[in-house]
Amino acid sequence: MRFNLINHKIFTLLKVQYSNMLEYRVEIALWAISGIIPFFMLNIWTNNNLNESISISEVMLSRYFLCAFFVRQFSVVWVAFSFEEDSLMGKVSPYLIQPLNPFFRYFAQHIAEQITRFPFALIIAFFFFIFNPESIWIPNFDILFLSILSTFLSFLIQFLIQSIIACLCFWTEKASSIERLLFIPTLFLSGLLAPVVSFPNYVKSWIYLTPFPYLIDFPANLLSGNETNISGGFGMQILWLLLLFPLFKKIWSEGTKKYTAMGS
Amino acid sequence: MVKNIIDVRNLSKSFETSSKEPSLKGTIKHFFRRKTKSLKVIKNISFEIKEGEIVGFLGANGAGKTTILKMLCGLIYPSEGRIVVSGYLPYKRKNNFLKNITLIMGQKQQLIWDLPPIESFYLNASIYELDKFEAKKRIKKLSDMLEIHDELFIPVRKLSLGQRMKSELLAALIHEPNILFLDEPTLGLDINAQRNLRKFLQKYNEETNATICMTSHYMKDITSLCKRVICVHNGSISYDGDLDLLIKKLSPIKEILIVCRSEEDATKIENSVFTVKNKIKNEITIEVENASIASSLKTILNNFNIEDLFINEPPVDEIIGKILIKKDYEI
Repeated sequence: MRFNLINHKIFTLLKVQYSNMLEYRVEIALWAISGIIPFFMLNIWTNNNLNESISISEVMLSRYFLCAFFVRQFSVVWVAFSFEEDSLMGKVSPYLIQPLNPFFRYFAQHIAEQITRFPFALIIAFFFFIFNPESIWIPNFDILFLSILSTFLSFLIQFLIQSIIACLCFWTEKASSIERLLFIPTLFLSGLLAPVVSFPNYVKSWIYLTPFPYLIDFPANLLSGNETNISGGFGMQILWLLLLFPLFKKIWSEGTKKYTAMGS
Repeated sequence: MVKNIIDVRNLSKSFETSSKEPSLKGTIKHFFRRKTKSLKVIKNISFEIKEGEIVGFLGANGAGKTTILKMLCGLIYPSEGRIVVSGYLPYKRKNNFLKNITLIMGQKQQLIWDLPPIESFYLNASIYELDKFEAKKRIKKLSDMLEIHDELFIPVRKLSLGQRMKSELLAALIHEPNILFLDEPTLGLDINAQRNLRKFLQKYNEETNATICMTSHYMKDITSLCKRVICVHNGSISYDGDLDLLIKKLSPIKEILIVCRSEEDATKIENSVFTVKNKIKNEITIEVENASIASSLKTILNNFNIEDLFINEPPVDEIIGKILIKKDYEI
């Protein structure tokens, strides 16, 4: 009975947030289109034959950037901004006195947004293949499953990082500025602009200790069929989740003690 | 014997605030060295509220009423003292406690702006772990009580303020809480909507024996719903008790409006022994102590040429206004 009620809770949360996201379908389509940075990067890489320096064929590189685009589409997180706005406007207050952590709402919003994004991302991929027919490939089921899983774990890592930053709203009103600080390393070290394999060896050894390469580079390499350490990648993703989750719980519990219910 | 559902002992709350001097110099100083100080907004207050009571919190802006409500519902942590609500420490926000309470803040909404309210109701119902059948039943019951039906299927952004407020109430009450914290629930509503909301709250209290703690700047909300008021002045309780008793104590006079046959007759009354509140042409209002009403009426009827006469209580707003600016009321 209780299990059914929890299922019902999750289903209703997703259903309502999906209905809400459908109200913003044009906005979401534009967001999907705005995520085409990997395609620009592909153009820069191939026009300058940069792929030769890292021993990746042009086809594999184009698949990598398409996959980077897909991974990015399904791991975009904006919870720090939403929470900051809701916190400043006093909208968090009613959520805080409900028997559900408000971050579940934001989590459901993100999942619903990803579901809404899906068809737009497919359309963009369709056009990509029209212009790059040699890049068409069908990953096998195991790889597809593992790629979806690693993309979801990447989303979870980013969601937790941003949720921790969002909780800083309890101490400082403009916590999203801290998120902006993280934007630069995320952009350069995640594999969105260049596969991490292209970095010098001494830099790579450090990068692989951070969570960034497991956000885009690892799932994109996995899906595109490039060589990657699957168990190592998943291990690091799980390790980062295990580190971030207790940190989030601690900051959340300390932060709510500081909450002043501003704006309400 | 009715049990206490809210027990507050020596409760205090302090906030850290920073101050900034005006001018560019002040701004630069503020940027480099921020002066912060601790401001005690609630000072060592104690009170109890019984199950089923409707209690109004009165006080001027910034007196601390809303802060008290926020601590009672667990939204903010107290700095000192102890609060027990329905057997729980509110700031721990245990799920069983949260399922028993609700907080409604006028003009602050929890409904999803772009969707019809019905979607938010089902969402809230699932959060409170109500099954679909039970949720449907409660939505029907509450929408009948609140007299909203078609509005449930119109996006929130297209509803009027009154319809939105009713929907907010429905969303906040779907889990049938035992304790309602209402912060300015009628803010911005027109007179009819205010009256309907009061009627609804009265009915909800009668039917469910829910405890209601409310703040409002509309005195009609307080006088028509609350038998008991707690007056808050600068973070301390200046009065806690029966509203009627307070009004009687603070208003030992009545007003008599006399309509004279001519303006000269009104002038004669003005020049007599009575305390005149105002005079407009042949109408004059005098203030008479409750104890001397009969003798004053006799004097007026015997000595002056009058057409009509009305005895009025001074407006409750005026009386309560006095409470807001004074510190202590001993009854």
